[in-house]
Amino acid sequence: MDRNSSKYILIFILILTASVAVALTGLREVTKEKAAQNEDIFNKRAILSAVQNELPDGKKVADLSDAEVAAIFQNMEQPVLDMQGNIVEGEKAESIKMEQERKKPEADRELPLYIYDHNGEKFYILSVRGKGLWDEIWGTVALKSDLNTIAGVAFDHKGETPGLGAEIKDNPAFGRQFVGKKIYDNGNYVSVKARKGGAQNKEHEVDAISGATVTSDGVSEMLYRGIKYYEPYLNKIKQQGLLVQ
Amino acid sequence: MAETAVKEKEPIIAFGKKERQLLTDPLNDNNPITVQVLGICSALAVTSLVYPAVVMAVAVTLVTAFSNLFTSMVRQYIPKSVRMIVQLVIIATLVTIVELLLKYFNYPIYKQLSVYIGLIITNCIVMGRLEAFAMANKPWRSFLDGIGNGLGYGAILIIVAIVREIFGKGSLFAGSPIELKIIGPTAEYLINTTQSTLFGWYSNNNLMVLPAAAMFIIGILIWIQRSYNSKLVDVS
Repeated sequence: MDRNSSKYILIFILILTASVAVALTGLREVTKEKAAQNEDIFNKRAILSAVQNELPDGKKVADLSDAEVAAIFQNMEQPVLDMQGNIVEGEKAESIKMEQERKKPEADRELPLYIYDHNGEKFYILSVRGKGLWDEIWGTVALKSDLNTIAGVAFDHKGETPGLGAEIKDNPAFGRQFVGKKIYDNGNYVSVKARKGGAQNKEHEVDAISGATVTSDGVSEMLYRGIKYYEPYLNKIKQQGLLVQ
Repeated sequence: MAETAVKEKEPIIAFGKKERQLLTDPLNDNNPITVQVLGICSALAVTSLVYPAVVMAVAVTLVTAFSNLFTSMVRQYIPKSVRMIVQLVIIATLVTIVELLLKYFNYPIYKQLSVYIGLIITNCIVMGRLEAFAMANKPWRSFLDGIGNGLGYGAILIIVAIVREIFGKGSLFAGSPIELKIIGPTAEYLINTTQSTLFGWYSNNNLMVLPAAAMFIIGILIWIQRSYNSKLVDVS
């Protein structure tokens, strides 16, 4: 057949695309289940990095095996909250996708909460999501049982510049600054801010990343708004705590 | 390159002078970045740290090698008018396979590199080699040409990344298991600038972190290369 006739081209392209499609679909089907599992464990590890100083046996997140990570999540209390701070029955925090929640109108969003218990001490792990310079940034914030002091944070991003905005994740020193910071100032909600030029307020500010002003501001905004979403619930537990005492 | 006319049937896999040249030429005389000036965008984007640069170099080498191989195998059947589309389908398929396998075997690395892996499709080196070499040569030589060009690209990538990471971040291989902290203001670094009297003045150069730094470094590399390699001066 003439190699330049339309008929030949059409048949060639059809065969090519069909075989490529079959091959790729096949490979995807074979790898799908394991890949989904990997992703699940990867996300769970990311959540646990917020409490990386309080893991069983003093381990680091990277030292935990996949099975250990799964076990920690099985034993964790995982309520889902609505924006009024009520617990949504029958849902588990790990099935909430923050990415999709962010697309909903604010009033309809659901918030995942992980209550991590380490030797009797409770840590409340909140999930936050916002915008960096190029794309979304997100993270988890662990609060101590006083619901004021930050026990740890972990950030991640979709496409921040390596070496600049990506430092929120790549540079552990940035996240470490948050440990021990307070989100309330005399009972007023202030959150924690990444300040350009260096932190000035010891309790509510950390050093921003030089060269990554937009990402740092994004982190401040994300924390301020993201933690505030949990406020109705946090206030409820505080009141209950007072009643018990 | 005096070629002797060989009447005998050539073996499918040979490793003579010509084949060695296919591997070594792109490292210097015909380097994809400094001589052919291809693949500049990814050379700017992924060279701020050494580790992603190494993985990128490996991935690009695999993709150029195998897309060259497959294209060369079907080169006689590809209709002229749609050859670019066919090449692109082959490249995209290979990149997708790399992505799926990474997801399966090492999800954290996939997460770290996902943007870069997708970028391989747009890397001009891959398509450039298909057009310039694989469409006119036998599979085995095309395969070697792909490996050679991938290595030539990777070599420049890694040189640039080493310079940028040391002077921009004071570390080497950050993010990998063999991370080295070389110079910085805390005790974790080999040279602690807050304690050393010799290096007390030192601080990281923020320009090195920005993509523009790669442009300067590649420019300097081209300059150095041309000042000792007279072949290149005659060409330009």
